Amino acid sequence: MDTLLRRLRHELFASKVDGLITLVLLGLIGAGGAGFLRWALGQAQWAVVRANSTLFALGRYPIEQQWRLWLLTALLAVATGITWGMLRSHPRPDRVGVLWPRNDRIAAVLLALLALGLPLALGLSGAVQLRWWGITALLLLWRWLAGRFGPGLPPLLKRLLPLGLPLLYLLGMVLIHGGLGLSPVSSSEWGGLMLTLLEASFAILLCFPLGVLLALGRRSELPLLRWGSVLYIEFIRGAPLITLLFLGQNMLGFLLPGGMAPERVWRAAWVLTLFAAAYLAEAVRSGLAAVPRGQLEAARSLGMSLPQAFASVVLPQALRVALPSMVGQFISLLQDTTLLSLIGLMELLGTARTVMANPAFLGRNAEVYFTLAVLFWCCCAALGLGSRALERRLDPAALARSG
Amino acid sequence: MPLPSPQSSTSAGPAGPAGQELVPWWRDRRVLPWLVQGGVGLSVLVVVAFLLANLIRNLTAAGLLLSWNWLGQPAGFDIAETLLPFQASDPYWRGLLAGLVNTLRVVLTGLVGSTLIGTLLGMASFSGNGLLRGLTRVYVEVVRNIPLLLQLVFWYFVVFLALPNGRAALQLPGVVLAKSGLYLAGFGAAGWIGPQLVNGVWQAPLRFSVEFAALLTGLIAYSSAFIAEVVRGGIAAVAKGQWEAASSLGLSWFQTLRQVVLPQALRVIVPGLNTQYISLAKNSSLAVAVGFTDLYSVAETTLNQTGRAVEVVLLLLGTYLALDLLISLLMNGLNRLVQIRER
Repeated sequence: MDTLLRRLRHELFASKVDGLITLVLLGLIGAGGAGFLRWALGQAQWAVVRANSTLFALGRYPIEQQWRLWLLTALLAVATGITWGMLRSHPRPDRVGVLWPRNDRIAAVLLALLALGLPLALGLSGAVQLRWWGITALLLLWRWLAGRFGPGLPPLLKRLLPLGLPLLYLLGMVLIHGGLGLSPVSSSEWGGLMLTLLEASFAILLCFPLGVLLALGRRSELPLLRWGSVLYIEFIRGAPLITLLFLGQNMLGFLLPGGMAPERVWRAAWVLTLFAAAYLAEAVRSGLAAVPRGQLEAARSLGMSLPQAFASVVLPQALRVALPSMVGQFISLLQDTTLLSLIGLMELLGTARTVMANPAFLGRNAEVYFTLAVLFWCCCAALGLGSRALERRLDPAALARSG
Repeated sequence: MPLPSPQSSTSAGPAGPAGQELVPWWRDRRVLPWLVQGGVGLSVLVVVAFLLANLIRNLTAAGLLLSWNWLGQPAGFDIAETLLPFQASDPYWRGLLAGLVNTLRVVLTGLVGSTLIGTLLGMASFSGNGLLRGLTRVYVEVVRNIPLLLQLVFWYFVVFLALPNGRAALQLPGVVLAKSGLYLAGFGAAGWIGPQLVNGVWQAPLRFSVEFAALLTGLIAYSSAFIAEVVRGGIAAVAKGQWEAASSLGLSWFQTLRQVVLPQALRVIVPGLNTQYISLAKNSSLAVAVGFTDLYSVAETTLNQTGRAVEVVLLLLGTYLALDLLISLLMNGLNRLVQIRER
């Protein structure tokens, strides 16, 4: 207690000026917090979020087809549970037999609370609430199963398991889009958080290989590859995203033979991908620059071919160094999807605009924007946290310790 | 990953009569670079030719082949707020120019504002006061994890459009912020004039629209968080001994920062600032979301009226590229100035 007081005094009241600053800041925080609480609990009318929660989640996806999205969510929950459990049960000398470390227990409790509290706060119907509980239970069940029985699986199955993730992504596309016997749902009816995540994940997945290729091209000794990559990267980085989206919407129709131009949603997804690839290339390039030249030379002198040396010696080291800035790019890509609302797509912000144009919810801007801000903040902060966890795990010192 | 053993790689391939390895011609190191470049170059060329051929065919079919004559036709739309006098009967090029001037105005004021606030925030993250440090951290984390577009519409629709008008407006000496705009004191016909309420309407020598004010606030709030991180990185790169030496000479915290640490931090800060300034210039194109007519907004209207997609997109891309290059050029000059000159 005494040390705490002393520390507080040292941190906050070290001198007269410090004390004054502290008091002013405390006053500001108090006033701001009180004002916010008064607004959030008193003046704000949260009905606009409650009444439109499905619209914000899915857009105008037809109601009779929404079971497909529930199925997809359930599959995603299973995949998350299995991945989580397998990662935890992966043998690590510093943590043998700890299947539920403290962080995981906290995460499980948070998930359960979220599943119980959020649907209730949104005033969803009993059946829908039940589904969310079921999905959360499914996630935690598979987390437990994978942690308990995962290590005992035959090695071949364990190696094939990660292939399930890309397969799941393709299956998700089929479920959303239709086909294979499912009735098609036009992309103009996709919207809300689903469209935001779809565009962001599509661009993130595809911009990664493109960005790595561009970065390698930029560092290549072949002049044509080098100058080609430089030209592309600098051209894209010199233009605001909105002008490129504008180009995609207005010029793609002219650039492709009649009728070949993709739908608006996919045009935007491709523009996002090509845009993000240029920025990702710069992140990867800084990682490549951090790998000493000797690594490539050593790999070559062991008799590896150039692609082999890059794939198994240089790139793994470069990507580890580049990881924080790459995730930074992914985070800004997720944020950049809001620009799609400016070209008329119904992603989260576009949906918000249509909701607020509804006379019943006129003037409820603050509530809607606040909700979106919290949503985006949580997604971006989660990505950042994940990246830091991955960084710690890939740290060469930590790897050396765990053998 | 199985590594090829050295033995197998040296014995690979049939040995020639003189003990030389016979390598198939497509793996010859003299041929390979040309082969790769030729392949890549050819495929890029084919794709570009395909796109261009389509473009020309489609444009010819639509009667929109590249031409710049339309720039001289009357625009027919009005621009709410310009420095250049502009009316609907003026030609398109004048409208686009007025839009560019508006963009430059936002970018310039935004640069100054975000540099000032960002530097202060960056300095604050080295304060001895724990509360101030924590608040700076929270500010940066909140601003960086929320999309800029969302912040801009928040500032415009929630904050600025909710401002009162008339007597209830926010008033500071020389500054009035009302729903009808931002009014600043300045030199008028009768010398220094502050904002005045005339028949319930504010009047002042300098008036900015509320759209401009919202855009500027949003851009500055966003960019200053990034600049704060750049400044923080720069200050952190200065050796700790410099702080200790300065304070043992009796310099105060502010004096230490201002006279010892910041000048040394500048050489790390300036390249980072360059990136942030360019993003600010590009981000200013989001003005269209808050109803401020910048270059992009005028270009969009122009395209909708004339259908000249190719020309408008070329103009837009070229202008923003030139703006970025200009900023880079200036910042590179500044960078040369602040680098430590060694003997």
